[in-house]
Amino acid sequence: MFEGLEALIRQRTPVSLEAELRCMPGEVLALTGPSGSGKTSLLRAVAGLSRTDGMITCGGERWRDSDAGIFLPVRRRRVGFVFQDYALFPHLSAIANVAIAIDGGTRGERVRRAGELLERMNLAGLEDRRPAQLSGGQKQRVAVARALARDPHVLLLDEPFSAVDRATRERLYVELATLRRELRMPVVLVTHDLDEAAMLSDRMTLLHRGRTIQTGTAEELRTRPITSEVAGLVGLRNVYAARVAAHRDGATWVEWNGVTLQARPQAAFPAGASVRIAVPPAFVVMHRRDRPSRGEHENPLAGVVKDALALGENTAVRFSTPGGEVIRFSIPTHVARRNQVAAGAAASVSFLADGIHLMPS
Amino acid sequence: MDGPALLLSLRLAAWTLVVLLPLAIVVSRWLAWSRFRGKAWVEGALALPLVLPPTVLGYYLLVSFGAGSPLGDGYRALTGHPLAFSFEGLVLASVIFNIPFAVQPAQRAFESIPADVRHAAACCGLGRLETFVRIELPLAWPGIVSAIVLTFAHTLGEFGVVLMVGGSIPGETRTVAISIYDRVQAMDSAGAGMMSLVLLVITLAAMGVVHATARKPHV
Repeated sequence: MFEGLEALIRQRTPVSLEAELRCMPGEVLALTGPSGSGKTSLLRAVAGLSRTDGMITCGGERWRDSDAGIFLPVRRRRVGFVFQDYALFPHLSAIANVAIAIDGGTRGERVRRAGELLERMNLAGLEDRRPAQLSGGQKQRVAVARALARDPHVLLLDEPFSAVDRATRERLYVELATLRRELRMPVVLVTHDLDEAAMLSDRMTLLHRGRTIQTGTAEELRTRPITSEVAGLVGLRNVYAARVAAHRDGATWVEWNGVTLQARPQAAFPAGASVRIAVPPAFVVMHRRDRPSRGEHENPLAGVVKDALALGENTAVRFSTPGGEVIRFSIPTHVARRNQVAAGAAASVSFLADGIHLMPS
Repeated sequence: MDGPALLLSLRLAAWTLVVLLPLAIVVSRWLAWSRFRGKAWVEGALALPLVLPPTVLGYYLLVSFGAGSPLGDGYRALTGHPLAFSFEGLVLASVIFNIPFAVQPAQRAFESIPADVRHAAACCGLGRLETFVRIELPLAWPGIVSAIVLTFAHTLGEFGVVLMVGGSIPGETRTVAISIYDRVQAMDSAGAGMMSLVLLVITLAAMGVVHATARKPHV
């Protein structure tokens, strides 16, 4: 039997879910999607905090099998759950919060083990504090220590960084990234923040309206979304209607906006098919005025800068083609300044062929 | 000072707590966390003794305790004594008229425990009883203390229901509140004043305890 976590969940009420999850031991899977997409509901179903139809297996055990009438209650699933607001026991000290989750052994052994876990989470010296006497970041670490105390078969983290300030959050990212190297169980991290998901996970599963719609690395989701819906959810805005012209010379050619673009070969779409194309901003190159740049000859497009908005080190540029299509990308602010990229300026850009991704229309 | 009446009141308050508290904890915990059709009616019915005139409540209790009623006859068949005008009858009446004083503070206390804290207990592998003893009870404790103190103080002070159901039998049903009334009727102002002062002090101390424990305990 598969040793990781596998979940196939169907549910109509109270939140509609149609989800599929697979996470290997030692892997961090981010469950991401907009608010209300069902991420937390799905995580709770895995933990057994709600009863859903479907099948959940973890660590070689069947936790839920609605066809066979199996439902293992939460307390008998070995789950480590870090709640969004941590849900620490307010009347217990940090060490007692952790020790309560350890089973077996004498009281002394449990306390010693809890102490080790707190030390591992850099909380040595704070063992006797109550949750109300801990900062947000410290609370989160106690919650992680408590979740690990049961030697769980899966670690579930529900938006664990949402209740702390930005500086603390960045420190906690580093800690989680360090900790995860030691973890041998599957880890599922729920977050609505795509950057956070990309930074901390090996793969991510995108959830929308209760359905899991694509699983892959952050890079895959951002550059090869399977539908324009996924593209929208991962924040890809350069999405256009186009038509497949031909497959030749080891490339796929598409007609868009009166020009023929060379794209990486994607033979699944027959010539003549209406498609949508996505061009991630990283694959849009702005030509320099003074000398030719990389990709000068790859799908060159002339037009005007619609606007350029400096956002710290980067400048967000909206570029308009003669056909009125808007292309969004960003360039370093110093480059924008040197090239006098400003609203109304004539300019030219290239779509790098490798980055043009076809999706069903 | 009517010592036996004061002792009887204290005994009545203690027995009321022994019977009512476990029931109140079970009912309040259930009301705090469950949703069902008609819940508002159940809550409303349990709060009735707060607003119903004590004589009305006392009348219904008297009728249901008396001879000819299933409860009264059943009790007599079982024990050989009547339920009305007995100490046991007084305890039962006291349990009923104290329901809101015990259930409401305990219910508020259970409601204030976040659902995720209970879920966290389950994720920690704690069983139902362990969760109740180690997590829920300590967290609801201030509310339960309120329930204990309010029930105790209210029992000492209750007059109307006690008079209706128990009458004023010395050593059996004459509580301190009734004794005060009797003293006033007998123009014994000093005796009534002394007992009133004792009740006032006990009740004030009780309210002090309620307010002291109601402060947020885990900060």
